[in-house]
Amino acid sequence: MAALLEVQGVVNRFGAQVVHNGLDMQVHEGEVFGIIGGSGAGKSVLLRTILGLRRPNAGSVRFLGHELSAMSAAQLHALKASYGVTFQEGALFSSLNVSQNVQLPMLEHLRLSARALDELALVRVRLVGLPAEAASKYPAQLSGGMIKRAALARALAVDPVLLFLDEPTSGLDPISAAAFDDLVIYLRRELKLTVVMITHDLDTIFRTCSRVGVIVDGHMISDTLEGIVQNPHPWIQAYFHGERGSARGGGRGT
Amino acid sequence: MYLTARRDADQLNVTLLGEWRSQRFPDIEAELGGIDFSGARRMRISAGQAQLDLTGAWVLRDFLERARAAGLAVELDTPRPSTLALVERCQSGQPHPTHHIEWLDPAHAVEGLGRRAVLGLHQLTGGVSFLGRISVAGASALLQLRLRPVSVARHVYDTGVTAVPIVSLIAFLISVILAYMGAQQLGRFGANIFVVDLVTVGVLRELGVLLTAIIVAGRSGSAFAAELGAMQLNEEIDALSAIGVDPVEVLVVPRLVGLIIALPLLTLVADLIGLVGGGLLCHALLDMPLVQYLNRAQSAIASTTFWVGIVKAPVFACLIAICGCFCGMSVRGSSRELGRLTTLAVVQSIFFVILVDAVFAVVFMELDI
Repeated sequence: MAALLEVQGVVNRFGAQVVHNGLDMQVHEGEVFGIIGGSGAGKSVLLRTILGLRRPNAGSVRFLGHELSAMSAAQLHALKASYGVTFQEGALFSSLNVSQNVQLPMLEHLRLSARALDELALVRVRLVGLPAEAASKYPAQLSGGMIKRAALARALAVDPVLLFLDEPTSGLDPISAAAFDDLVIYLRRELKLTVVMITHDLDTIFRTCSRVGVIVDGHMISDTLEGIVQNPHPWIQAYFHGERGSARGGGRGT
Repeated sequence: MYLTARRDADQLNVTLLGEWRSQRFPDIEAELGGIDFSGARRMRISAGQAQLDLTGAWVLRDFLERARAAGLAVELDTPRPSTLALVERCQSGQPHPTHHIEWLDPAHAVEGLGRRAVLGLHQLTGGVSFLGRISVAGASALLQLRLRPVSVARHVYDTGVTAVPIVSLIAFLISVILAYMGAQQLGRFGANIFVVDLVTVGVLRELGVLLTAIIVAGRSGSAFAAELGAMQLNEEIDALSAIGVDPVEVLVVPRLVGLIIALPLLTLVADLIGLVGGGLLCHALLDMPLVQYLNRAQSAIASTTFWVGIVKAPVFACLIAICGCFCGMSVRGSSRELGRLTTLAVVQSIFFVILVDAVFAVVFMELDI
């Protein structure tokens, strides 16, 4: 299977502190790839590197074989229409309502009529499970769970093939988190999306991910979910078989 | 080519082709718009070979509705595109969003007026209660000797020391302008010597303190509003309250005290530079020796002239700090609010500074100072 996204030998340094030391990662079409790692292991830095928000000190990021750093401004612009991103805190534009938030990427990338914009924004809002009334609300009026969903609606605005989710279920109660997981599974199936998610939520990993990459010591160990659970690395063992891990689905793989 | 349409008597056969992606929206719309419904009674659509994303599916659904509205019986071949079902589910029971312009509605205008009136009233009561909170917090800080000297020093530095260059420059330029204008007008009466009176009295009584206050309102009033507003958006102010620390005491009072210290000092600097600027211009333009300038200045300035100016500085400092902090603390919800209230802070504090300056002028005149 072709790698949709390929990260090779990425090095990220902040002063003397080395976050990534030759990190490799491959995401194939149609999979849900989970990125896990301890706090400060560089998950968000990796995401920023992939999104082109940060230039790595060394290494390459390739989308469908195209090197990110070699792309022209126009190519980069076009690339941004092919993926959607949700940020940890939602990062909704606070001066725009939900519908306008969803319409913003469409206005930037697509040529649509005003009616199509309105209706398509509403389709996205309903698609992520928000009531239609939420479309006219401002981010400050939304609950945490609704903000996550609205951010997902915005990420889906231009029909991306690849979806990046940064901690999609953090700060949600377990029921809302499970509902969000279901939503991701459902959207992946219906819209044939490839999903890359950073998460700490073991339930989310076991419910949604087909492959998992663990960032340890500046490298990434990636494997299928079953494989990674049995990986002998002490951090991974502690992660999946620690008190919290084994109390949930962690024992499943063994 | 996103479709082929074939006419079979009164049946229209439409086959969808290729990728119906959102980026291709205008082309697809154009091709669909080119299909002629006239004379057709039935339409059969096969979408098996096309790939539709959500936008594509919405376009198709829109097209189907148009066809139905034109009186055609529409039939879709299986397999139906899965995204079409998604769009249908999301739009079911949903009235189409309608565009209407609210502000054209007279009722809306009346409602807007009422809203503004109530908002203004709220702002007024909010301001008064904020004033009360500052007084209480300031008094308790003073009584319990919790004046946070480090924080106050930081604000003296931020609002005072770093403003010295711009304040000096403005004071210099204004006194030069004043002296120049005076020399032009008074020279016609041969009263060149009164340029000194004009500059020294003008700078010391009014311009030094007023211009400094306006610059500080622009620099620090906006900074206060933006800092506190960002903290409000970030829930830092709620966090302070939750910890049991009074945000007014730790955030507002040090800014207020800092500015009350800094603004008179800045005014002093502005006065000095203004006098120097006036002297230099008199020397250059009127060939007046500096000694003569100083002598004349001494006789022009009454013992109260300097104090009449400088006494206004702490009052202006209070106005600027309170306007800035009040606007900052009032920020709720969005970054647009932050911008609006930061602007409001500057506009309000400059307005109040000039208003109070006018009141001072009247009072001093009545007192004959």
